[in-house]
Amino acid sequence: MSEQAVQLNRVSKKFGSVVAVNDVSLSIADGEFFSLLGPSGCGKTTTLRLIAGFELPTRGEVYIGQDLQGETPPYRRPVNTVFQNYALFPHMTISRNVGFGLEMRKLPRDEIQRRVSEALDMVQLPGMGERKPSQLSGGQQQRVALARALVNQPKVLLLDEPLGALDLKLRKAMQLELKALQHRIGITFVYVTHDQEEALTMSDRIAVMNGGRVLQIGTPEEIYERPANRFVADFIGETNFLEGQVTAGRPGEATVQVEDSLTIPVSADKAVGKRDVVTVAIRPEKISLHAEPPDDRAVAGVIEEVIYTGTDTRYLVRIGEQTIVTVRQQNVGVGEGASFLKGASIYLHWRLQSARLLTA
Amino acid sequence: MKTIGVRRERRKTSWVGRLLTVHGIAGYLFLYLPIVVLVVFSFNASRYASAWRGFTLDWYVSMLQDQALASAVKNTLIVAGSSTLISTVFGTMVALAMERYRFRGKLAFDALLYLPIIIPDIAMAVMLLLFFILARLRLGLVTIIISHVAFNISFVAVVVRARLAYFDMSLEEAAQDLYADEWQTFWRVTLPLIMPGILGGALMAFTLSIDDFVITFFTSGPGSTTLPLRIYSLVKLGVTPEINALSSLMLLISMALVMLSLLLQKGGGGGIEIV
Ligand SMILES: Nc1ncnc2c1ncn2[C@@H]1O[C@H](COP(=O)(O)OP(=O)(O)O)[C@@H](O)[C@H]1O
Ligand SMILES: [Mg+2]
Repeated sequence: MSEQAVQLNRVSKKFGSVVAVNDVSLSIADGEFFSLLGPSGCGKTTTLRLIAGFELPTRGEVYIGQDLQGETPPYRRPVNTVFQNYALFPHMTISRNVGFGLEMRKLPRDEIQRRVSEALDMVQLPGMGERKPSQLSGGQQQRVALARALVNQPKVLLLDEPLGALDLKLRKAMQLELKALQHRIGITFVYVTHDQEEALTMSDRIAVMNGGRVLQIGTPEEIYERPANRFVADFIGETNFLEGQVTAGRPGEATVQVEDSLTIPVSADKAVGKRDVVTVAIRPEKISLHAEPPDDRAVAGVIEEVIYTGTDTRYLVRIGEQTIVTVRQQNVGVGEGASFLKGASIYLHWRLQSARLLTA
Repeated sequence: MKTIGVRRERRKTSWVGRLLTVHGIAGYLFLYLPIVVLVVFSFNASRYASAWRGFTLDWYVSMLQDQALASAVKNTLIVAGSSTLISTVFGTMVALAMERYRFRGKLAFDALLYLPIIIPDIAMAVMLLLFFILARLRLGLVTIIISHVAFNISFVAVVVRARLAYFDMSLEEAAQDLYADEWQTFWRVTLPLIMPGILGGALMAFTLSIDDFVITFFTSGPGSTTLPLRIYSLVKLGVTPEINALSSLMLLISMALVMLSLLLQKGGGGGIEIV
């Protein structure tokens, strides 16, 4: 984790009046699995294409390793791409596809042959070399695209939603396989996805993007547990948002009035002043339900709805007059049904640091 | 109620349908009967078209021994071969430019590209003739070739563009991602993938060139008689069975070329590897 593999320095990209990438700075370490995560149209692909050299920045600098890229064309950059639609050459065999980069770099024929067959072994497609891309399944084509990029031993591998076209089960399997592969070969991966679960599963670090901007960069845990703002908290996982006014605050802890007769305890990293209007974010699984109040910070509520979803049960609980929060409890036992029934009066409890104050 | 309505409806359509079928058959007869007659009489042992006197290949044999005809065939092949080659290269380049680049007045160029396909042969022929006279070019094989290139470029460009419209640009990016520069990308990826379209366009150009009469007639000079011109001058003296034989043969060749062209345009999905 010593050297940097990729660095973007205040990079912007405009297409006419559309700002696809807006003042993005990031630094990706050597050997890191780095994800760009965000909703469709937020500028992930454009960011990746700026690194690959298919687009040139309107403003800002792109470094690969220590080298400023400037207007370096794609074919002179030490990176390779796994395209979203795979982009395998339909008129070439699998072997020719995988060997294309080595051939362009004028490597000796026997070395190309050896490395191509090694690459096909690595992605578990041995002996498929003589087929044409159209004779392979989607999952197999995906592996060929991966082999075709990795055979060149690039400094950085760029992947644009590589698993997007696969069905759920295959996608899950490939996620783990890709992660293991990356760990084994130690090449830096820059991975684009709009699937937050995928990003959390695979990444060392994630950059969450929206509207062309990077909103937060952090480990999956940081992003999930300490979202920087409301968008990140909302996009990653499920969150209850409560809006209110600060009524009391001391270092580390504050009280927020959500309704006339409803105040809740929250943690406060930053200093908050009395009467500040704030948003509180609480994850559904961080809230526990109790028949009796466990301490004086518990909040009373009434269960409005009980939804069984297999691995857990979701309770919609009304607190105060009209505030509804979602609570999730794992179904630990077998056939025991929900712990609480619809209409029951209960108490909600959470650790102070689970209720986070958000600014935006 | 409902069933009755349906039945009445069906009876009406079947009546209309029958009329349409009859019309269709009549139309096809009108189109193809002369061709069938031509082909049949090219095998007729009688010199006169009035009656069938048994099967013979004599007309084909005597046709092949005709010296003037042989020279016309040679001219036709020279014209078709060179005009196809030139128009395929330029037509492909035009198609690539039109499909890939945005430039000022592109729409006008687009319309101009279709013009040689749309305007009447006779207008094009007169224009070309005027041009050659103004340019003081001696009419002959060269002027015919230039004229054929003039209309064939459009046909080739249109066919190749149709192929390019389906071209997946990410394939070119993939090549560049794998260290191929622009030139290598063109030769290794772009050209092989549009090759079926180019060959289809070339075959079409070849066919059009072999068949062309009007434009060739206006732009030819002494000693540059092509096959259609030769047939025309023979027909003026009366239709002989040799002409039937010759026309049948040309029909066969044209049809084969067009079929091949269509096959290449439709199939060849994967492209053709060159190097
Ligand atoms: N070549 C282009 N021309 C014009 N607009 C573009 C181009 N590429 C991307 N955009 C626009 O830039 C924005 C970001 O696109 P993209 O990077 O593809 O987003 P993502 O990959 O996150 O879905 C979108 O609004 C998109 O319409
Ligand atoms: Mg995208």
